[in-house]
Amino acid sequence: MSLAVEVPWGVILAIKTLVVLAIIPLGALILGYVFLLKMMSHMQSRLGPMDPGGYHGWFQLIGDGIKFLQKEDVMPAEADRRVFALAPLVVVMSTFLVFAVVPAGPRLIVADLDVGVFYALAVSSLSVIGVLMAGWASANKFALLGALRAAGQLIAYELPLLLGVVGVVTQAGTLSLQGIVTAQRDGEIFGWGGIGNPFILTQFVGFALFLIAAQAELTQTPFDMPVAESELVSGYMVEYTGFRFLFFFVGEFGTAFAFAALAATLFLGGWALPGVEGTAADVLGPVVLLVKIMAVSFLIFWVRFTYPRLREDQLQAIAWKFLIPIALVNIIVTGVFKAVF
Amino acid sequence: MAETSPDVSRRTGLVRRLPGVISGLGVTFRTMLQGAVTVQYPHEREDPPTRARGVIALKEENCTVCMLCARSCPDWCIYIEGHKEQRPPRREGGRPRSVSVLDRFDIDYALCMYCGICVEVCPFDALFWSPEYEYSEFDIARLLHDKEQLGVWMATVPEPEPLEPGAQVKGGK
Repeated sequence: MSLAVEVPWGVILAIKTLVVLAIIPLGALILGYVFLLKMMSHMQSRLGPMDPGGYHGWFQLIGDGIKFLQKEDVMPAEADRRVFALAPLVVVMSTFLVFAVVPAGPRLIVADLDVGVFYALAVSSLSVIGVLMAGWASANKFALLGALRAAGQLIAYELPLLLGVVGVVTQAGTLSLQGIVTAQRDGEIFGWGGIGNPFILTQFVGFALFLIAAQAELTQTPFDMPVAESELVSGYMVEYTGFRFLFFFVGEFGTAFAFAALAATLFLGGWALPGVEGTAADVLGPVVLLVKIMAVSFLIFWVRFTYPRLREDQLQAIAWKFLIPIALVNIIVTGVFKAVF
Repeated sequence: MAETSPDVSRRTGLVRRLPGVISGLGVTFRTMLQGAVTVQYPHEREDPPTRARGVIALKEENCTVCMLCARSCPDWCIYIEGHKEQRPPRREGGRPRSVSVLDRFDIDYALCMYCGICVEVCPFDALFWSPEYEYSEFDIARLLHDKEQLGVWMATVPEPEPLEPGAQVKGGK
């Protein structure tokens, strides 16, 4: 509105696409370096890579990426070639689509959909199709078993993920992510609006459910049966090498970034910072959001590096016998409070 | 207890284990805040313990070419050659002494398995353990070290630790 230059919509679309395209590998790099290489190492009383790049091994993952690009593109002889090649793209694509609705500022959003939450959770579960494609097309029994486990797990945990968010949606009264951020910013805690009302305070159960389910959706320990390296070698990724493997790797951490961004937006107030309005919020928003994403990611990876792997039946039991009933109760309680107050 | 159905015990087990599950997070968090216990090797080194089995050093003047070490070596990595020489008698009118002179004493560290039997078996204290460990090579053949190199490592052999108080002192001759 206040832009002096009229920018054609095509250029804006191209810029938005490039930014979102850059976010996924960048987010994957940040999470991979900060948490996988550094935090995990320190939790194991070691330092992790220290030499590449000169300062605390910051170049390590970039070097790994370059290494993957040099590798031979091996495809199994029995593989379903087109499906095999397409699978990593589908996985990364689902992550890519999530970022389209995550707001980073009052105007910094690719598309402010009215059904933002619904859309984000729908496209994030597209990755299970990519995983199934990879497992099936690999013509490998480990890959197939891993893919079937992944499918069973992702379907089971899709429910607590969705049901955990319903409480937030009920409280905010909108499905738009931008609307949810605004509702948290303008909210009040018993009449005091100093920091708004981040939904983590009222929807703490929903936040816990969302994080547990996200952990399973990301197939991270303790829910990493699909890639269980000690029994399935590497699950659905077992036949992938080089660039295609890199896609899965970027997809894994990019999706973690996406889920952390969703959790930060839904429960921690997203880009909103108390007292910052207008253009300043557009400038500071991405930074605030990144800090919140890192905080949520810390929780996700902290759990990942602490627990051993569950058994397959335990995994299903936790989803169906504990998380979903808790989520349903949470929805009812939220609804009652919404109606009463 | 034997009457308890496995289903019930599993359910109570999950609740009972919850404190342990949560304290596990505390363990990793505390470990994260403590410093690393590892050593960044090429940049910093730690001192190996005095009795570390790094490399075997040779004190050449003690060796009598008795071949005990070479014969007891499980993988035959010690190569010894020597010859006898006549030396003048110690006392006036005595017999000339016959002395074994060491010509070659090689240890092939590509074969050596660091069992230390040669050090144990040497009757004249000519072989010693040294904590020195940085002698890797790009060519496996260069791991065959001769008696000059083994003698150089003799300088890195630490002094034996002092005996405990009250220990019986050997010898006394």
